[in-house]
Amino acid sequence: MVIFHFMFDQMLLFCIPLLVVALAGLFSERSGVVNIALEGIMIFGAFIGILLMYFLQTYEILSGQALLLVCILAAAIAGGLFSLFHAVASVSFGADQTISGTALNLLAPAIGVFVAKLIFNGTDSISFKNEFIISRVPVLTDIPFIGELLFTNFYLTTFLGIFILIGTWFFFYKTKFGLRMRACGEFPQAADAAGINVGKMRYLGVIISGVLAGVGGIIYVIPVTTSFDSQVAGYGFLALAVLIFGNWKPWRIATASVFFAICKTISTTYVIVPVLLNSGISPTYYKLLPYVATLILLAFTSKNSAAPKACGEPYDKSKR
Amino acid sequence: MKNKNLIIALTSSLVAIVIGLIIGFIVVYLTDSSIAVDAYTVLLSGGFYKGIKSTGEVLFYAMPVMMTGLSVAFAFKCGVFNIGTPGQYILGAFTSIFVCTYCDFIPSSVLWLVALIAGGIAGAIWAIIPGILKAFRNVNVVISCIMMNYIGMLLVIKWVKQYIYNSTGATSLTVSSANAVPSFGLYDFFNRSNVNIGIFIAIGLCILAYFILNKTTFGFELKAVGYNSEASRYAGMDDKKCIIISMMIAGFFAGIGGALAYTAGTGKSISTSEVLAADGFTGISIALLGFNNPLGVICAALFISYIELGGYYMQAYNIPVEIIDVIVACIIYCSAFSFFIRKIIESFFEKIGKGGKE
Repeated sequence: MVIFHFMFDQMLLFCIPLLVVALAGLFSERSGVVNIALEGIMIFGAFIGILLMYFLQTYEILSGQALLLVCILAAAIAGGLFSLFHAVASVSFGADQTISGTALNLLAPAIGVFVAKLIFNGTDSISFKNEFIISRVPVLTDIPFIGELLFTNFYLTTFLGIFILIGTWFFFYKTKFGLRMRACGEFPQAADAAGINVGKMRYLGVIISGVLAGVGGIIYVIPVTTSFDSQVAGYGFLALAVLIFGNWKPWRIATASVFFAICKTISTTYVIVPVLLNSGISPTYYKLLPYVATLILLAFTSKNSAAPKACGEPYDKSKR
Repeated sequence: MKNKNLIIALTSSLVAIVIGLIIGFIVVYLTDSSIAVDAYTVLLSGGFYKGIKSTGEVLFYAMPVMMTGLSVAFAFKCGVFNIGTPGQYILGAFTSIFVCTYCDFIPSSVLWLVALIAGGIAGAIWAIIPGILKAFRNVNVVISCIMMNYIGMLLVIKWVKQYIYNSTGATSLTVSSANAVPSFGLYDFFNRSNVNIGIFIAIGLCILAYFILNKTTFGFELKAVGYNSEASRYAGMDDKKCIIISMMIAGFFAGIGGALAYTAGTGKSISTSEVLAADGFTGISIALLGFNNPLGVICAALFISYIELGGYYMQAYNIPVEIIDVIVACIIYCSAFSFFIRKIIESFFEKIGKGGKE
């Protein structure tokens, strides 16, 4: 049980940021803009959030969960603003979305390390105190099984992630606005003819995407380290894989991120599971598991991929 | 007409470069206004700062990224975004060191060539998997390439530890200078710089790729499939074959890039930390800067390594070397606007044209 509990916690730490960032990608791609910049936006959001956290902690202005929420908010705003670059290029100027995304992926870590080195005299990382884990809450922790699983040694961000998932689903499938945004990714000319402002919708899609990716960045960083060096270990790219694997649908994205997180958990925690440890299989193969499994599953599921049809194409009014 | 297009393309990338450099200068100025001009002079004189030796270093650093850039550009021409260069690159690097270490029955005068080709083949094998998955199972190439990157990185770390481990430095063994790519006098010519004839191989391969793409039926088919795979299939071209072969060739280039970087005899070794090869990602920037044209890639690779070196020297002024990435990112971002810049330049040309006639 202890092992299971530990693995479940680990799984959540991998799963929630992946889920949030993949959903971030969903907003952008559903509105018709390929967002390969997720990695960069994550880094930029996390960078601003963690930098703020460093100063607030050093001068002891805020602490605890309030500090966490403020820094998440800062990361969200930073991510949203950073993604504006992508929106301007790909919506207003009809630029190649892959190129602009690649530029942002390159820019974010460069800015992060550059600024960190200037502030901290040549050190490329920002350190902070992790004071956000909640060991237990009254009542909730006492619920049998679920209490121990979800409400013991947990981060608030887990519930933020679940909230974002439900919100995304509700937005895309239960609101008129969400339906319109999806239309812009499928057949923008028709959407335009129906009186929807395609440009505005795509701007919104990219900005929401940036906000969520920024949030995803900081909630990835906080549990795994206390010294942020402007890297998120390729999580933005993995989230892109989860998005495609999840076939651009919220609940399938959730399933895909849980699947990936389970593989990832096995690859990092096989040491504490006697069966896996004694099997004689090289640790490398456990580490390979999430990537190989994704490849194999994609090979079987990609035939009927449901990518938004107009995704990646600049909107051309004259094709109407 | 063709000339005019070329001029417009060159001008729009020059505009992007100038904007990038100006933004870089603003950043340096905001950092420390007193040394900004001096530091930026060093940056801009990059490849000549220490005379001909610096020029040699530029050529040396350009070598691997020229190949990864060519790899991305070549696949792009066939409509495939090969983001898998870090994996193909590191596989090529590993294979070349492996060959140099174990195949000592081959005379050392040709061993380097065998190692390079083996590295290229390893890269090709690595790239062919996403190609096959795309052609037959419709798997998104970006995703399969990313997965192949991580798989390649982890396997190479395992194999390095197993076969070519240098336990004192926790890295791979290095290639001895006897087995390295020869320099044929370049070493002395460039005042003891690391450059070797690999740079000619890299440039030669770029020219070869240009020739394949633009002067052969095969190249035409690849480009046609990249432009519109359905129309090409209708015209009787085998689009599946084209995707697989173009990925294979792209992987071959990236693998050679890795082999060139690690068989230079400079003591460079594969690290066992779990980080993807940066040269692979630089290749993407270079392909984009070079307009996915093999000849453009040559220029872009030389340019990038020129300012990288400048940025390295500029650290003496306490400006973090990451300034280069900021500048390059800004240049690439601006080049995303190339279509827009192009239109402005075209209308400018038209005005001049009209002015002349009147």
